[in-house]
Amino acid sequence: MIAYVIRRLAFALPILIGVNILTFTLFFVVNTPDDMARLQLGQKRVTEEAIQKWKADHGYDVPVVFNEAAQGTQKLTETIFWRESVRLFAFEFGQSDSGRDISSDIRQRMWPSLAIAVPTLMVGLLLNITFALTLAFFRATYIDLWGVILCVAMMSISGLFYIIGGQFLIGKLLNLVPISGFDTGLNAAKFLVLPVIVSVLGGIGGGTRWYRTIFLEEMSREYVKTARAKGLREPVVMFRHVLRNGLIPILTGVVVILPMLFMGSLITEAFFGIPGLGSYTIDAIQRQDFAIVRSMVFLGSLLYIVGLILTDISYTVVDPRVRLN
Amino acid sequence: MQGGRILQICSGQICSGQIWSGNSTGREDASARGLPVGWRPSNAVAGVIARATALLGACVGGPARRVKTCRRLLPAILCALLLGVAGCEAPWNSPYPAADADRNIFYDTFSERPKHLDPVSSYSENEAIFNAQIYEPVVQYHYLKRPYALEPLTAVTTPEPTYYGFEGEVLGPDAPGDTIARTVYRITIQPGIEYQPHPALARDDAGAYRYHGLTKAEIAGRKKLADFAHSGSRELKAQDYVYQIKRLVHPRVHSPVAGFMMKYIKGLSELAETLAAVETDKAGYIDLRNYPLDGVRVVDDYTFEIELTEKYPQFVYWLAMNFFAPIPWEADAFYRQAGMAENNLTLDWYPIGTGPYMLTENNPNRRMVLARNPNFRGEPYPDEGSEADREAGLLADAGKPMPFVDEAHFLLEKEAIPAWNKFLQGYYDASGIVSDSFDQAIRFNTSGDAALTPQMQEKGIELKTSVTTSIFYLGFNMADEVIGGDSERARKIRQAVSIAIDFEEFISIFLNGRGVTAQGPLPPGIFGYREAPFGVNPYVYKVVDGRYERKSAADARALMAEAGYVDGRDVETGEPLVLYFDTYSGGAGAKAVFDWYRKQFEKIGVQLVIRGTDYNRFQEKMRNGTAQIYSWGWNADYPDPENFYFLLYGPNAKVLSQGENASNYQNPEFDRLFLRMKSMPNGPERQAVIDEMQALVQRDAPWIWGYYPMAYSLYHQWYLNNKPNLMARNTLKYKRIDPVIRAEARTRWNTPVLWPVWLTLGVLAASILPAVITYRRAQRRTAR
Repeated sequence: MIAYVIRRLAFALPILIGVNILTFTLFFVVNTPDDMARLQLGQKRVTEEAIQKWKADHGYDVPVVFNEAAQGTQKLTETIFWRESVRLFAFEFGQSDSGRDISSDIRQRMWPSLAIAVPTLMVGLLLNITFALTLAFFRATYIDLWGVILCVAMMSISGLFYIIGGQFLIGKLLNLVPISGFDTGLNAAKFLVLPVIVSVLGGIGGGTRWYRTIFLEEMSREYVKTARAKGLREPVVMFRHVLRNGLIPILTGVVVILPMLFMGSLITEAFFGIPGLGSYTIDAIQRQDFAIVRSMVFLGSLLYIVGLILTDISYTVVDPRVRLN
Repeated sequence: MQGGRILQICSGQICSGQIWSGNSTGREDASARGLPVGWRPSNAVAGVIARATALLGACVGGPARRVKTCRRLLPAILCALLLGVAGCEAPWNSPYPAADADRNIFYDTFSERPKHLDPVSSYSENEAIFNAQIYEPVVQYHYLKRPYALEPLTAVTTPEPTYYGFEGEVLGPDAPGDTIARTVYRITIQPGIEYQPHPALARDDAGAYRYHGLTKAEIAGRKKLADFAHSGSRELKAQDYVYQIKRLVHPRVHSPVAGFMMKYIKGLSELAETLAAVETDKAGYIDLRNYPLDGVRVVDDYTFEIELTEKYPQFVYWLAMNFFAPIPWEADAFYRQAGMAENNLTLDWYPIGTGPYMLTENNPNRRMVLARNPNFRGEPYPDEGSEADREAGLLADAGKPMPFVDEAHFLLEKEAIPAWNKFLQGYYDASGIVSDSFDQAIRFNTSGDAALTPQMQEKGIELKTSVTTSIFYLGFNMADEVIGGDSERARKIRQAVSIAIDFEEFISIFLNGRGVTAQGPLPPGIFGYREAPFGVNPYVYKVVDGRYERKSAADARALMAEAGYVDGRDVETGEPLVLYFDTYSGGAGAKAVFDWYRKQFEKIGVQLVIRGTDYNRFQEKMRNGTAQIYSWGWNADYPDPENFYFLLYGPNAKVLSQGENASNYQNPEFDRLFLRMKSMPNGPERQAVIDEMQALVQRDAPWIWGYYPMAYSLYHQWYLNNKPNLMARNTLKYKRIDPVIRAEARTRWNTPVLWPVWLTLGVLAASILPAVITYRRAQRRTAR
């Protein structure tokens, strides 16, 4: 197992380097440091001196990938690529183009993201499994039929509709919770209710359908027939056998997204005014603060790889038949 | 109003629990509806839980009582869950703590994190809403007077320039610019003005600064200013203004106006060179007191002088901007200690000023809080204004010490719809109007005037409109060989296009009528602007039955024919005329605008090609002069015609000097008049020169003049002393809030509606029934 994990981590390195080169190319070749300076300095009264000064302040006053003027290894290290990309591997995200410490911002903003993502995942998982199990239990009845139709309908509706509709209905018409905003500590609870409800609702259609398929597949297996042949009641068959075995693909599907929970949701956080990493990223994109975007892309890639490794490991935990070699 | 009274009665601790006693009419009304309008347990969770527990006990009592009591239980539990420690005095959907319900707090929104709170760098509107309340330049714009006029802020009097000739003789204000060798502003500030409490100014018993010379280890654990236990203050001195002017050219700070000011302030360029050569540590501290600036001198503790190298009457307006606000050297020394920036402790994040407010919470991820500066001197509310101001109640507070509002909370709202809905719920005191909400808020009466819809009127919302001191226009690149230059042919094409693009229609379709068609660069409110009929552009409009109307498409086509294009085709080659519109806009909204532009050009047979690109490439095209037609805008820095006409001044051409003349317009006569107008005082003579300049640019048509946007602002009834002031940004101190009326309105407007919750729960419960029936039927069925 340990050897397997080490090998997977070693494989991750070239992937991260590739992502980094791609991101760097997009941000530093397509947009030159001069472009970045102009973006940050605004439209009014921008002089060439100001641009040079901004570049010097942000360390963009050296060549992009190869410094001919430098000596020895500095030809490579005294470059923007080295300064801005290589240090990401040491988790040194540096300062944003507007001068803020990115690591500090990430540490601060991951908690609001988690505050939404974790309850959404837990409640969503519970409801999706419950509904899926119910539909599977009543398979081939009109309950199953209408349930699937409802799921397809819910899947087909844009997530934005749930957000705006939820804010309008629950926040504005019914006056039950704040429309948007955030607070710290326990006071955050009332701000989380609506985004969690909306996120869960938005995911019920797809989640239920997927899990229903998993449960139906399990129900057609031999061991289920055996259980029924033993005379076990249907609820016992469903909960003791189908549910437990059906949870294996569900669990592994969940594990892969666990690390990504830190990254937050771009749209939900923006609409509900949640100061998480999702809104941090989208703000950076809108402001074209490439230092932040680059860091978030790197972090996202890393977390995704970690998620995949965790998935593989979780297989061995929940299914004794699987061994990692 | 009843709900409001309930909240008023129960705002103090004394009535905690009264609502449950059954003695209040308001409570009976509320409970009869099953609504927790007046439900007010103790502030702590314990109170909420205690009541919920008591209810739970009641719930398991007799059947009749159980049903009734359980109807109350769910709201109680919901309330406990939703409001937590905040208690339940506030409406359920209140985004604020219940304790703040009747506090004198102003609530507003911001959508983007301010980039700079350092006054030397800040140059954006979204930064000014904070900075202008904190920093105090020597002068400010009078809140009520129109046209806009400067008045002293920290200065004793509004600074007047003294002009000196080349022989050192003093010259009058009318002296031509070329006879003036130098201009001196002597500024005396009021004694007794104190800075806000700040750790940079904290001293120990021996008089030494507590937090100067800290080690990195001592700074390491401090992430915000509140982590410094002590704070101090001191009197504002003239040297603080001088220090700030030197900061304009600090090598580690970017000031957008540094290059511009180097042209005027004596010795500033030399100081920039000197400072650039100074070796600094990583934190970049330079004690600017050790580096003299020739043109800026401290005369005594309360007086300083600024010397300009030429006549520049508009300089006094710059003195009203944050670039010239004072910074104590102690703050610079404090923030430039090694380790401060790593902890995000910078002047860009934690400002220090002498203004009515100080920034007590800087969390741009959620909210920014301004609180009263306890050391503020108490500036009186203005007592001069027009009769209309008096009638509008704007002089009711004349002479009273400001500010009136205790705190201002600015909350992050990234999206317009939630912000708008929260304004309607009473959680924001003022709002603009986005296009999506326009029809909900505004309707036009039969005479075409904007008025509020009945829904807004019912809430007591007030509408104020004003034409902004801005212009949005389409520009021709005058360096372009097809539509640019001084030839009659190109001029006629530009005039024809100016006629064809019907900006009245544009304003109606895309701006909901919120704009005024422009006749030249100068918007209303700026000296030199002429009301119709004098200012109307005769090349685009004509008189029909005594009214000015846009010339017809036939007139435009006739001009095109005179230019050698009949039906949009070159009469010599037969080739169609194709023009290019360069833009960086995109998306569905932009497409509708582009389609509309194409349609306008088609009126004169011209094919318009949209060349969309990203912002950087667009800027590059503008710098290189390769764009052909573009859209651009300008917002006044100060209320002087120079600030608009310089956009067309030849030496400012973008291709020549990277200046602000984006159209690269060159007209020697215009340039001559501009230089003359620039140094003239306002008066008939200056107006005459402006009229000449206006006539020239209307004829040459380097811009299609576009429109002056109108600002529509909505205010709740409890938000007082509102008068749109497009020049002043430090207006928070004038505003007054009536928190009692606001609290009443919030309670009345935000009564929770619970029946849909019951209905939904009922439907869900009912939906279980078919499942139960199906299951039981299946269980009874015999095996097949």
